[in-house]
Amino acid sequence: MVENKNIFEIRDFNIYYVDFKAVSNITLDIEAYRITAIIGPSGCGKSTLLRSLNRMNDLITTSRVEGKVFFKGIDIYHRDTDVIELRKRVGMVFQKPNPFPSSVYENVAYGPRIRGINKKSLLDEIVENALIRADLWKEVKDKVHESGMSLSGGQMQRLCIARSLAQEPEVLLFDEPTSALDPISTANIENLLQELQKTITIVIVTHNMQQAARISNYTAFMYLGELIEFGDTDTIFVNPHHKLTEEYITGRFG
Amino acid sequence: MALKWQTREKAVEIIVTSVGFLSVIVLLLIGFFLFKEAFYIFYKAGVLKVLFGTAWYPTYEPPSFGMFPLIMGTVAVTVLTAIMAIPLGLATAVYIAEIAHYKVKEILKPLVEMLASFPSVVLGFFGMVVIAPILSSWLSPIISERLPELLRSTNLPFVSTTLADMCYDKLFIASGLNISTAALMLSVRAIPIISSIAEDALTAVPRTYREASYSLGASKWETIWRVVIPSSVSGLSVAVILGIGTIIGETMIVLMVAGGAAVIPLWIFDPARPMPSAIAAEMAEAPYQSLHYHALFGVGAILFLITFLLSLISDFVSRKYRAIRIGEKI
Repeated sequence: MVENKNIFEIRDFNIYYVDFKAVSNITLDIEAYRITAIIGPSGCGKSTLLRSLNRMNDLITTSRVEGKVFFKGIDIYHRDTDVIELRKRVGMVFQKPNPFPSSVYENVAYGPRIRGINKKSLLDEIVENALIRADLWKEVKDKVHESGMSLSGGQMQRLCIARSLAQEPEVLLFDEPTSALDPISTANIENLLQELQKTITIVIVTHNMQQAARISNYTAFMYLGELIEFGDTDTIFVNPHHKLTEEYITGRFG
Repeated sequence: MALKWQTREKAVEIIVTSVGFLSVIVLLLIGFFLFKEAFYIFYKAGVLKVLFGTAWYPTYEPPSFGMFPLIMGTVAVTVLTAIMAIPLGLATAVYIAEIAHYKVKEILKPLVEMLASFPSVVLGFFGMVVIAPILSSWLSPIISERLPELLRSTNLPFVSTTLADMCYDKLFIASGLNISTAALMLSVRAIPIISSIAEDALTAVPRTYREASYSLGASKWETIWRVVIPSSVSGLSVAVILGIGTIIGETMIVLMVAGGAAVIPLWIFDPARPMPSAIAAEMAEAPYQSLHYHALFGVGAILFLITFLLSLISDFVSRKYRAIRIGEKI
């Protein structure tokens, strides 16, 4: 059997909100252990597409999809697909840091606990590892039992990343993870993403084109729900094939 | 000539301020009056004798003003009601806020809120003419006669003897007007109050918490149980406390269905005379400025202190959890 390097294969995929077509006819492959950035102006459907990869769109009762998304060959919109299992394997980090109103420790231990892990020593180990991987351990190791809400914005976002990492996901989806952060916190998160890429696949939606250029291997440009261009980040930013892409990345609209 | 705008602003400010203060002052004066009138009975009969005396014979000669049976009457109906109304009220709130389809929610939410404003005298009347007879003439024969017969016929050790006798003794309902009937009707009163406040608290939990939970692979039930409910503990406690506060102060229902006997209820089918019903039933007959009159104000003062304490607790609870949420301390 041929080793498939694509972790996601999106085929003729459409997403509707009632009658509005938010994502239109997208076919796209996402390679494992790479960072894929999705860029495009506001309202182009990039977040909607991202959220469809672990079926977070299901929470919006008016949304409906057409077409197929395969995660490691599994049709994730098939009737029999276990959404809960999917979300454990494909985690998500949101635009605004959203720790639970409990301690740093409890935030990270949440995922393992719902998997049924209750042994203190094992939980301690998972929490410490996740915080180390999220590059937050050094800063919070003395206050893991303090409220996660008392951290700075950048720390909160890394806490959310640690919380996702505690589930040992294969993919992490980032929905504009730095848009609410200052430049230094942003740089920290970007370094972290490049470090994480060695062990997991990352898909990031971003408004910040420099960010996409700095950290991603592949870039997809979306406009009005359609995928305009997809390719190596270098190609997209240096030598875009499509006129719209060029206009967007040079800042003529957006 | 038109007034200067500053003068008009000032006038509006003064009017609004004085209206605001007026209601507060009136309440304070009523409170003051209550304690002033109540003071005399405690002074005359002794605080401990009044609070823990077990004989409430206000019209005997010499009269006795032991309020303990009245206080225990209130405690008994409140505890029984709480056992029924808190789980049901909270479960209703969770269903409406988290589980119900939005179309069901659209109907159910206003319906529950409407129930909260159901006149309590109607509930009392319903309890008196419908529930009480059902309890005494339909339920009682079943559980205190047929059930023991059935148990005896099993010929099992303990079950056919001790348990059967216990059912025969304890499950006989002499009168349908007792604390269980009262608690049942009070629950009807309290459930909508608890569930509508609790529902607001659950709905106020930010969507981002739910998203975070779902994105980690939590199921709907895990999200409700481990994220939504813990994050709204303050609102849920306030709902429970306000619900209980309403039960304690509720007068019409207990007056009509609690049975009215000023004895300490020892069993769920005993009658009782909770504090509000004692005041309502006796105040009209107590001669002005008599000891009985002061004793009823004493009952009122205790009632006031209890409900005041409950609202202090609810305030404290909501402050404490708000502090946790914004990360002040944990």
